[in-house]
Amino acid sequence: MLQLIVAGVAAVAAFIITTGPLAAQTLDKIKQRGVLVVGTKADYKPFGFRDTSGAIVGFEPDLARDVASRLGVRLELEPVVSSNRMQFLQQGKIDLMLATMNVTPERRQTVGIIDPSYYASGVNVLAIKRASLKTWEALKNQKICAIQGAWYNKVVAEKYGAEIVAFRGQAESETALLQGNCIGWMYDDTAFLERLGEPKWAAFEMPLETILDEPWGAAVKLEERNGPWGQFMTTTITEWHRSGKLMEVEKKWNIPPSAFLKKLRAETK
Amino acid sequence: MDIQPVWDWFRVLHATTGIKLTIFYDAFDRARFFNGLLTSIRLMALCLVCSVAIGIVGAWVQGSRLKLLRALTQAYIQFFRNTPPLVQLYFFYFALGGYLRITNAAGLEVPVVSNFVWAVICLSLYAGAFNIEIFRAGIEAVPKETVDAAEALGYSRFKAYVYIILPLAFRISLPALNNNLVNLVKTTTIAYAIAVPEMLYVANQIWSDELNVAEMMNVLLVIYVSLVGVLVYVIGRWERALRIPGYTP
Repeated sequence: MLQLIVAGVAAVAAFIITTGPLAAQTLDKIKQRGVLVVGTKADYKPFGFRDTSGAIVGFEPDLARDVASRLGVRLELEPVVSSNRMQFLQQGKIDLMLATMNVTPERRQTVGIIDPSYYASGVNVLAIKRASLKTWEALKNQKICAIQGAWYNKVVAEKYGAEIVAFRGQAESETALLQGNCIGWMYDDTAFLERLGEPKWAAFEMPLETILDEPWGAAVKLEERNGPWGQFMTTTITEWHRSGKLMEVEKKWNIPPSAFLKKLRAETK
Repeated sequence: MDIQPVWDWFRVLHATTGIKLTIFYDAFDRARFFNGLLTSIRLMALCLVCSVAIGIVGAWVQGSRLKLLRALTQAYIQFFRNTPPLVQLYFFYFALGGYLRITNAAGLEVPVVSNFVWAVICLSLYAGAFNIEIFRAGIEAVPKETVDAAEALGYSRFKAYVYIILPLAFRISLPALNNNLVNLVKTTTIAYAIAVPEMLYVANQIWSDELNVAEMMNVLLVIYVSLVGVLVYVIGRWERALRIPGYTP
């Protein structure tokens, strides 16, 4: 089955590559139109969400705005969701995708994922403040709520000796944590950001450094990954890392410092 | 005895046939699966004993002269027999458990009752409700003349229940009880919903990590068939041992 999928993806990729040169260069098209269309999330606070006026704002829209200003064109944001973001790109409905997308080998075959990645989500623990957690090592023999089937449950149990208490979904884990069944809840760090701002979670904190990062990739059409448009984005994202732009935007939206950004900045310097 | 070669054999099995039984050759998976098996067996044993005890006591209370006691028993049976066990488990763990909390030495509010104990309480009460009805059927099958004879000999209601009625009723009830206990053993798997690390919970974690769903499903199947087989065999032996030659109610 997997071989079939890989073969199918490869065939589609080959088709796109061979028909590639016929398509108009996106970079020229953007400059001609004077408009850059970027697909971002509109339901993933604070990375992409609607403010009270209905405008899409957040971490990713800010980055999109920077791309537009570098090109000297107007920005248009198109809200996307995980299930349609790659199709929108393939159809040319959007020129660029900045939509919290994890980089996977399969996705690399479908869209032109730009290296380096511009962000990463990792694993963190939403802990009770009174438990005063400081390090991952302190989780040894402590009860930690989690989601059943998450790939990192085993990693954390094995490496840090945490006692994982895994529930079926977010609602159960959240309730179990609030009722004191565990001292913390382990999940995607980005999922905790919004919760930390709510009064319900006043007695909780995210004291540990995020681990097991999974990068988020910006994407263009597959055939343009190595063309002028893809190269322009590679340069831009590298520049974002080098100049500290990403950390600046991160700070603006009150996102706790990401270890991934620190590491990448050190590497590009 | 060094059994490492046995574990290694399963690693070779994976390398040669693709059958991925990490629960044998991966030390971490082996430890957690073994703990899962032990947790399941402990859960089953405790629930079996508690539910039968509830059944025996409940059936006696059902014949009580006090109207209130009878009504309470009836209410309990209806509540636990007419609601799904998974819903009961969630109700106990999340709804009741949320109120039963104490502050521990570290100043943290922790639940008084652990998820394992909630599972034992809930499943015992669930199966116990059925057991009461099963024993009641057995009691009603005991000939009225036998009970009258016991009374005539000066037995109190309690003594007659313990020495005359229950021993006879128990023999009549065993086949139905057997059914219900087999069901109870299988129902312990729902404890995974409140994160009790029993076998299904552990297997679920393992196949999420190793992507060996088919292998783990087969392992579960074999283990449950064996465990239920042992239970059925034991009760069957017991039934034969208790048989009174010539007694057919």
